[in-house]
Amino acid sequence: MTSRKWFAALAIASAVGAMAWVAFGNLGENLVYYWTPAELHQHGDKAIGATVRLGGMVKPGSIVQPTAGSDALTFVVTDATDSVIVRTTEIPPAMFREGIGVVVEGTVDATGTFQSKRLMVKHDSSYKAPTSGQMPDQKAMFGTLSEADPKAPGAPDPAAAGKP
Amino acid sequence: MKLTNVLGLLGVAMYLYGCYDGLFIAPADRFMGDIQRIMYVHVPSAWTTMVCFTISLVAALGWVAGLVRGKAGDGRWGWDDWLESSIEVGVIFGGLLIIQGMIWAKPTWGVYWTWDPRLTTVAVMELMFIAVLALRGFVEEAQRRATWSAVVTLVAYVNVPLVYFSVQWWSSLHQAQSSSDNVDPAMQLPLAINAFAVMFIAIGLMGLRARLAGLTRVALLADVGGEA
Repeated sequence: MTSRKWFAALAIASAVGAMAWVAFGNLGENLVYYWTPAELHQHGDKAIGATVRLGGMVKPGSIVQPTAGSDALTFVVTDATDSVIVRTTEIPPAMFREGIGVVVEGTVDATGTFQSKRLMVKHDSSYKAPTSGQMPDQKAMFGTLSEADPKAPGAPDPAAAGKP
Repeated sequence: MKLTNVLGLLGVAMYLYGCYDGLFIAPADRFMGDIQRIMYVHVPSAWTTMVCFTISLVAALGWVAGLVRGKAGDGRWGWDDWLESSIEVGVIFGGLLIIQGMIWAKPTWGVYWTWDPRLTTVAVMELMFIAVLALRGFVEEAQRRATWSAVVTLVAYVNVPLVYFSVQWWSSLHQAQSSSDNVDPAMQLPLAINAFAVMFIAIGLMGLRARLAGLTRVALLADVGGEA
């Protein structure tokens, strides 16, 4: 009986301990998923060359589509205080647009440009019906699930090249 | 008919209507289009997984309380039956949650999976509760199995608040919880119907599984008694 009580006390103590570790521990610091542009710059040279994630908003007007001369898409990721130029040869998800949240994975080169190998688009927690003319490109989105020809749907429109 | 069976059947009927509403009556999202309709099954799966594991917590506490008062065993097996059933059903809906989330993620985020805080905590939660089931498989003696799985369930439950608050505490790719202010009113009805529908289905499944656990235990105990 006494050993049972000790066992139960130990069980509850370990559960409470785990809860306390979550609540007061430094778990948050170990769970950094991405840096903001300001945080990226704070890390200075340490950020160069290492694979890191950068999160922020696509600065309106900063998207430069690939052209005949350059196969890279560039845009500026910004937070309230700072910004970073991002360059990628990847095809962005269909929802990629100005003003949307993005997380990019890649490395910072010596010039401070973020070379992205993976571009992810964040969507916020609001869900609204479209007003007229707002429907997204559904074919491109559904196409990503079949992957038969991943380059076909959502490929950047060459006509949009050179857009500011 | 048992109440849990009635709830389970009611849940199936509500789920059929909720999915019909979500697929054909509710509007598509302005940015995500029809893909967003997966919300009507993904979000209820998430809530139901949390409810199942919370029932596991209550069951674990119930068993541990019996231990403390020296009354585990006779007459208290219901806690263990519900612990087993709620974890199994929770793991099933947790698995559905992850698969539905991945199908939603690829067309919108651009990836099926990424180690962001929400996805990571969900994966850890799912694995820890699978581990509790694995542990149960290794312990043959019923009393010891009940005690050990109650203890590890108390520890595994820490993951549930972590999953819930992960999107608020840390910056993640996964969006934070929505409120009624930022969800179109026409989308709220199918979501609410399916939230209760999936929970009722889970309760129905848990009721069936708990009864099966009880019958299995009784049969095994009788078997052991016969051999002795």
